[in-house]
Amino acid sequence: MAILIDNTDEAAVRDICARHGDRPDALLEILHSVQGDVGYLPSGVLRIVADALNISRAEIHGVATFYHDFRHDPPADHAIGLCRAEACQAVGSEDLAAHAEKRLDAKTGARAADGKIDLEAVYCLGNCALGPAAMVDGRLYGRMTPEKFDRLVADLEGEA
Amino acid sequence: MAEPVRIFVPCDAAALSVGADDIAAAIADEAARRGVDVTIVRNGSRGMLWLEPLVEVETPEGRIAYGPVEAGDVASLFDAGFLEGGAHDLAHGPTEDIPYFARQERLTFARCGVIDPLDLNEYEAHGGLAGLRKALEINPPDIVEAVTASGLRGRGGAGFPTGVKWKTAAEQDADQKYICCNADEGDSGTFADRMLMEGDPFSLIEGMVIAGLAVGASEGYIYLRSEYPHAAATLRKAIALWEEAGLSGRCDDGSPRFTLHFRMGAGAYICGEESSMLESLEGKRGQVRAKPPIPAIAGLFGKPTIVNNVLTLAAVPDILSRGADHYKNYGMGRSRGTQAFQLGGDVARGGLVEKAFGVTLRELVEDFGGGTHSGTPVRAVQAGGPLGAYIPVSGFDVEMDYEALAAQGAMLGHGGVVVFNDSVDMAQQARFAMAFCEIESCGKCTPCRIGAVRGKETIDKIMAGDNRAENLAILEDLCDLMTDGSLCAMGGLTPMPVQSAVKHFPEDFSG
Ligand SMILES: Cc1cc2nc3c(=O)[nH]c(=O)nc-3n(C[C@H](O)[C@H](O)[C@H](O)COP(=O)(O)O)c2cc1C
Ligand code: SF4
Ligand code: FES
Repeated sequence: MAILIDNTDEAAVRDICARHGDRPDALLEILHSVQGDVGYLPSGVLRIVADALNISRAEIHGVATFYHDFRHDPPADHAIGLCRAEACQAVGSEDLAAHAEKRLDAKTGARAADGKIDLEAVYCLGNCALGPAAMVDGRLYGRMTPEKFDRLVADLEGEA
Repeated sequence: MAEPVRIFVPCDAAALSVGADDIAAAIADEAARRGVDVTIVRNGSRGMLWLEPLVEVETPEGRIAYGPVEAGDVASLFDAGFLEGGAHDLAHGPTEDIPYFARQERLTFARCGVIDPLDLNEYEAHGGLAGLRKALEINPPDIVEAVTASGLRGRGGAGFPTGVKWKTAAEQDADQKYICCNADEGDSGTFADRMLMEGDPFSLIEGMVIAGLAVGASEGYIYLRSEYPHAAATLRKAIALWEEAGLSGRCDDGSPRFTLHFRMGAGAYICGEESSMLESLEGKRGQVRAKPPIPAIAGLFGKPTIVNNVLTLAAVPDILSRGADHYKNYGMGRSRGTQAFQLGGDVARGGLVEKAFGVTLRELVEDFGGGTHSGTPVRAVQAGGPLGAYIPVSGFDVEMDYEALAAQGAMLGHGGVVVFNDSVDMAQQARFAMAFCEIESCGKCTPCRIGAVRGKETIDKIMAGDNRAENLAILEDLCDLMTDGSLCAMGGLTPMPVQSAVKHFPEDFSG
């Protein structure tokens, strides 16, 4: 869940940096770790990390925006990543994605109409023999079908 | 009392993706309900992925395979006496007699799917650590010599001779050197690195420690893509167990000395390119470095660095323990040893096929793969990942070897073989190649950064029927420019799928 950055959180972020020895080469690990706790990378957090690691804000901004994993806005409660790479294309990932967009009433890269689910495109999950592949909240699925997708979404909507 | 029967249910991510955890739980429940004592071992995958979840039962006649098992099948398996290898609709007989498996040559994947991936005793009982022991007995130059003599070439895609790379790093005089394992496995259609890291992670670690001894490096990094959370968990545990066991090479006083770090990428295909990976390991944007210098001379933090793919490093222990000649005797021409081919896409029997170089594409797609999963005719395969060529059925007699593929304008890459049925629109596939390059370009050089965008637009025009002949000529020029003018193979090879699609499937570009 997204939380506001207050002084307590500054201490938590500095603590993560310290656990990585405040080393600039550990920047990706630190950003992963902070994002794991906070849900995304607010600019206030980037400022704290830059200060702890003694690197410029331009540098940290460059890194945080280069990698697809790092988010700059609070995430929804759930994330569904559909594989859109070749092996999954060969077994209908594009039709599945079109179905997903309709079901969630959201374009890929956007949030479902009810605000609970982010729909994302990913490029290969290493499950290319059992496509279409999907990653739902970090859990891998194979042989995804529109019916399975709808069941999954219904479960997520029920939970959230 | 008799020993409990051992039942194997894979914990490989592909098996989990189709319910292996549920099956393991269902078997445990059913056994408890019936009051039978069983031991459930979570092994890696045997690589016959269309049979996952593939459950194996250990019997005096060997391990008997059942699959694909659904939770609803479990009671009937018990009824059929599967604990004694009884007959059932899902039974396939002894796992190792299944033709798909029996026809392979498992060297690097010898233990994958056989053992509990995190059991060091089983690892050793199945031949693990023998390579490291050998490496500790001989001099570092002899380790390099063995790797050179084996003919091993990099499995990450470029096929560079591993011994040459190691020799260069070994010859550098430096206070610190590094071994970096490229576990970014970004190529779509590939999953062999993942399977190995989840199914036999110690073989990778052993290979890295041996590499460290060979070139005089005391620190190593594994750079894993973030799309593999399951492999990450297994690797972290494996590294901890390895260190606990004190197996990390030796100092002059005999104490362990190889320190292994684990790092995770953050969703950038280009970070599989070695210099971009090194930038990323230094905590920077993953932008490609200009060469020279090569990493073996100045790599991570400017120090001599070996960058090798997971499968390259994991091949090394076997090369040392059974000798370079044993490895070299497999293969053809300048492609020695075995390659882990990965069959994906619309294929009936998708999975991992470790086979000596020289097997034909037709054997892979038809004999192993069994044609399409959908039952429709095969139209093309893409070999070698998103930067690899599309090959029509008429080209399937090509022998899978670095040089033979190159001669056909294709490449082996990391060994991915993605099967497409006859509904594929090759213009759409060509467009995707450009679109993917646009998304993943590191932005450092113009032919790639701008070329990919222009390429996509040009293919859009061709698909819309807008000045076709003229735009096809523009596309051809653009591809040549990207091939010749790009700083790295991202921009340099994106034209390969595009041009192969145009060449072999012109009808898809003519409306
Ligand atoms: C765009 C691009 C992506 C690459 N991705 C990978 C990868 O995911 N894994 C890998 O091992 N090599 C990858 N490579 C190849 C590496 O640059 C390098 O050649 C390899 O890691 C060297 O190890 P090897 O000799 O053991 O193959 C990629 C190359 C390029 C140009
Ligand atoms: S070819 Fe593309 S990915 Fe490679 S250096 Fe140039 S811009 Fe970066
Ligand atoms: S291409 Fe979709 S999982 Fe590999």
